[in-house]
Amino acid sequence: MSSSVERIDREAREEFGRRGRTVVHRGELLRHPVYTRVLHWSVAISFVLSLLSGFAIYSPWLYRWLTPLFGGGAMTRFLHPWFGLAFTIAFFFQFLNWFAPMRWTSADSRWMRRLRAYVTNQEKSEPKETGFFNAGQKLYFWLIALSAILFLITGVLLWFDDVVLRWLVAVSYVVHDLAALIMLAGFIIHIYEGTAAAPGTFRSMTDGTVTRDWARTHHPAWYEEVAKNEPREDRDNRPTST
Amino acid sequence: MSNPQTMQIQEISAHSGPVPGQGTQRAAKVCKYIDVTTCIGCKACEVACVEWNDHPFRETSFDNTYQTMASTEWNYWNLIKFVEHERDGNFMWLMRKDQCMHCEDPGCLRACPADGAIIKYQNGIVDFQQENCIGCGYCISGCPFDIPKFNPQTKKVFKCTLCSDRVGQGLEPACIKACPTGCLHFGTKQEMVQIARARVSQLQTESGFANAGVYDPPSIGGTHVIYVLHDVTQPELYGGLPANPVIPPSYTVWKWLAKPMGLIMAGLGVLAVFFHRVTVGPKLPQPEPVITEHPDEAESDRRETP
Repeated sequence: MSSSVERIDREAREEFGRRGRTVVHRGELLRHPVYTRVLHWSVAISFVLSLLSGFAIYSPWLYRWLTPLFGGGAMTRFLHPWFGLAFTIAFFFQFLNWFAPMRWTSADSRWMRRLRAYVTNQEKSEPKETGFFNAGQKLYFWLIALSAILFLITGVLLWFDDVVLRWLVAVSYVVHDLAALIMLAGFIIHIYEGTAAAPGTFRSMTDGTVTRDWARTHHPAWYEEVAKNEPREDRDNRPTST
Repeated sequence: MSNPQTMQIQEISAHSGPVPGQGTQRAAKVCKYIDVTTCIGCKACEVACVEWNDHPFRETSFDNTYQTMASTEWNYWNLIKFVEHERDGNFMWLMRKDQCMHCEDPGCLRACPADGAIIKYQNGIVDFQQENCIGCGYCISGCPFDIPKFNPQTKKVFKCTLCSDRVGQGLEPACIKACPTGCLHFGTKQEMVQIARARVSQLQTESGFANAGVYDPPSIGGTHVIYVLHDVTQPELYGGLPANPVIPPSYTVWKWLAKPMGLIMAGLGVLAVFFHRVTVGPKLPQPEPVITEHPDEAESDRRETP
């Protein structure tokens, strides 16, 4: 990323940090600052709206169920590309925000090799080298980035399909659906991991904080890093805003 | 033949339930037969179409031919394509009345994602129901003949109905009624193919058109509008009539196979994470390992977190 892009992201972080705040209680760690949370939920809301309105058109099985949510078939069709555009814009800023911590490392490749052990809960804690994001989270991030590009290109073609070449529309239609299915698979896992599969995770996106135990269990390397220079528990922990 | 009973619905676009009334009656297939070789290009059919369907007279465009405009429009469903052709050193007009072909396997209906926006009657007529149309325009890309046209004002797509409103009342389509040369015919598919074949053999034996033939493309299961052409081996000459019209495979294979598969996979995915939670259980935050002087406790702690 170029430095100007980094500056936009940093300035946004600072601005949001001034306006919002994150209260970190004793025994907790700051995980996601205000800006990250706002971005995450902007992406999430626009994604769910795109998903529901898209699925209404995707299959005859769902058409009669989902189109009433958006005011009928024609309105669903009208709104869907705008939801998609909102998603693309929101995700673009989230991409800038998370580009650096999502960088793939050799530790992530090692993590992927023990995916089976992770899924079957054979290990109660993550390997010591797991940092701020684990490889699964990174994979999801990059899959979304890839799908978002496919969505954008094919979505624009389908949006203006009355002036686009016939075969191009026919191909875009399949690619758009494929991108949706890839993203949906990740989305199901993402929601599960963020709630029921790892208790204590969801609050990191609402309050912005996690417990020390949670951090040590799921992201030991990140925990080691922040625990070194975090305020001592016996000191006065003033609410921090980042 | 052309009576109200033939207007039983046979197929509905993007419809998940049963088709009402399907197969309850034996219905004759209707067909429009256009003899391109006897068309004089008078455009009576164009006017009749505009009149019957209550379309306003729209601007025409001149491109050095007698053709009214470049292509059919959302409110101009019937257009004679004028092609100046040279055959054995002699000039000849190829005048083909262009409109919806009412395919037996309609690409527009295959492509349509809106429940009930496109229906096919048992008599073969493919009809758009604009109140159910969502204006996505997929039918435009699904059609091999470039017939459905988008109205940007209403965001709905329109095309020739084969005068389903007239046919349902036992009348012939408006274009047929207006034709002064008798190059347009309307009846059952069987009858029309018969008349067309007789005309073809006449053209071959008496008029020297050895390649004359009936245009009824089998690649889309035949059409309910058929042509007799002077040269059926070169349909492209007649204002771009495709020799082998096909529906994009993505609208058949992808839509009717892969889409349901995708939904089933998504449903299974949700079930999978649910049962993962029930069986394997959550990953709970682990308490900080206790550093102790007593080796026994340290041992037990190690066993708990291997």
